[in-house]
Amino acid sequence: MPLLAVEDLVKHFPLGGGLLGRVLSGPARVVRAVDGVSFTIEPGETLGLVGESGCGKTTTGRLVLRAIEPTRGRILFEGEDISARPAGQLLSFRRKAQIVFQDPYTSLNPRMTVGRALAEPIRVHGLAEERQIPDRVRALLDMVGLQPEHAGRYPHELSGGQRQRVGIARALAVGPRLIVGDEAVSALDVSVRAQILNLFVDLRERLGLAYLFVSHDLGVIRFVSHRVAVMYLGALVEVAATAALFKQPLHPYTQALLAAIPTIGDGRTSIFDEARLLEGELPSPIDLPRGCRFASRCPHRFARCDEVEPPLRAVAPGHVVACHLYEGGTS
Amino acid sequence: MMEPVLEVRDLVVEFATEDGPLRAVDSVSFAIGRGEIVGLVGESGAGKTLTAEAILGLIRRPPGRVSGEVRFRGQDLLSLEERALARIRGKDIAMIFQNPGASLNPVFRVGDQLVEAMALHLSERRGVLRVRAGEILSRVGIPSAAARARDYPHQFSGGMAQRVMIGMGVACTPALLIADEPTTALDVTIQAQVLSLIRRLARELGMAVLLVSHDLGIVSQMCHRVIVMYAGRVVEEASIATVFHAPAHPYTRALIACLPGQDERGRLGAIPGVMPGLTALPPGCRFHPRCGVAEARCAAEVPRLRAAGGGQIAACHLVGNDGSASRRAVDARGEPE
Repeated sequence: MPLLAVEDLVKHFPLGGGLLGRVLSGPARVVRAVDGVSFTIEPGETLGLVGESGCGKTTTGRLVLRAIEPTRGRILFEGEDISARPAGQLLSFRRKAQIVFQDPYTSLNPRMTVGRALAEPIRVHGLAEERQIPDRVRALLDMVGLQPEHAGRYPHELSGGQRQRVGIARALAVGPRLIVGDEAVSALDVSVRAQILNLFVDLRERLGLAYLFVSHDLGVIRFVSHRVAVMYLGALVEVAATAALFKQPLHPYTQALLAAIPTIGDGRTSIFDEARLLEGELPSPIDLPRGCRFASRCPHRFARCDEVEPPLRAVAPGHVVACHLYEGGTS
Repeated sequence: MMEPVLEVRDLVVEFATEDGPLRAVDSVSFAIGRGEIVGLVGESGAGKTLTAEAILGLIRRPPGRVSGEVRFRGQDLLSLEERALARIRGKDIAMIFQNPGASLNPVFRVGDQLVEAMALHLSERRGVLRVRAGEILSRVGIPSAAARARDYPHQFSGGMAQRVMIGMGVACTPALLIADEPTTALDVTIQAQVLSLIRRLARELGMAVLLVSHDLGIVSQMCHRVIVMYAGRVVEEASIATVFHAPAHPYTRALIACLPGQDERGRLGAIPGVMPGLTALPPGCRFHPRCGVAEARCAAEVPRLRAAGGGQIAACHLVGNDGSASRRAVDARGEPE
């Protein structure tokens, strides 16, 4: 049984514009931020969710945690449907599924020492007796590579990397099985980013954690993920094992995305290869085309692409792609 | 070698504080030739943006203090009056920054802003400049340029706004473009488009480019040469071909090892600790507390930049010890007069 199974998850944000706008434009328009997403995550597995800004990856991460309410769809955690559960009955789920944000500076209370920030979730969930809490806090700090004296520091006294370690420790404090990392290393400098990525991998191995790793950075995604899901305009266009996806990306969008990563120096791959340089920009998620979402930028577009939206289809074991090019398999 | 377009010598940027001056950029020297794209890389706080700002005369003095030489086509910019400098900036030296939205005035039409920018430096009639503005927008790849010229900045996406900034920058065919993290705010597919545009224009106009970036991948794809900064100092300068195959400075080596994507899994070669702040700079080599191969003298003596194996220069006492470089090689830069 997968740890997490998401089925046809949808989140539509109603478009503002006030009364006059609504009167003039007729039926309410919506931003289709997440538009029918399904995936699973096994215990101990890392699924990388990658895409460009506005594709809906962050919203997907929030939906999975029920930090925002889905418009439609089911979220099964350890086999139980948590999408329909009233908010008051989510406490045990909240203990098992945690989030690490991009910038812990904004998620940590500036007036609370690191020690208190780590003790709080332990208290809220009643996970230890009061006298055991200092030991728990020390153990958490040690687990993320911080010293016991960091417990007395305030967030502003820490470097970006140390703050992110606190963010991770806080997520770990309640003993989760799943952590959603929302651009968790994107704000860090290269050398510190490497430290934190190593920490995520070490913790996964030590604690058997599963991650939903949301990032725009394909290098990060490739390093940390077992499987990768590529998102475009609210929908998944391709899901595959990491090695398979990077070796043979099938969806034209995945191909373009990989081609655009500026990799260092073997001299063979250039992001300036005209044939692979993607034209145009992400269309608006308000008025989606009838057919394939990627058709307007796709170099392989043909008539059918404008008419029918391609469903995700398995083209190899564990490799699904939403593209009409592969209707008869990958050949 | 032909006279470089830009030559920076012993550039120092200091800030006066209550506890005495803080030296944020320490004796930085380099040169850029015509048509050459040079990358200035480093992590936050390395001093790369301050170096770019000092070249452009954008550092407020006081509290800042800038010394050394910045020669642009032979002329020392640091000794110029602000008004003379303003004539060069925007005409002969163009600049683009990370956040293009913030560089455009939200209440004026994009085309009008282009015309204004050109009118500062070119004595052409408005009508001529207006036609020129349309041409520039289409040259930087803005679809239906004439119509878009009448749009306001908020109607442009980040990528399109950065194209406008580039168009504005190159409107007066500058000899030098200074681009500070020009694509950091953009998505990767848009980034590729914008970088491709900068590279094409550099080639077409024979423009020298100083590309400030934290991203070694971008530098590897864009640049001919790279200058690596750490805690205010240049630690290595090398051609692109050399730096990624045979980095000489331990920091450069470690930085490259930090990049994911080399191997599928395993561990990244993280550098322990963080770059020191300006108030707590270590003596000797500023990288030595984090360096895996540091020796006793690294904490005592400041290493000078000297020639290493593959034609690059590096500031490390150990360069030359591993047989890849000659210790007797003279300082490739020569002594300042």
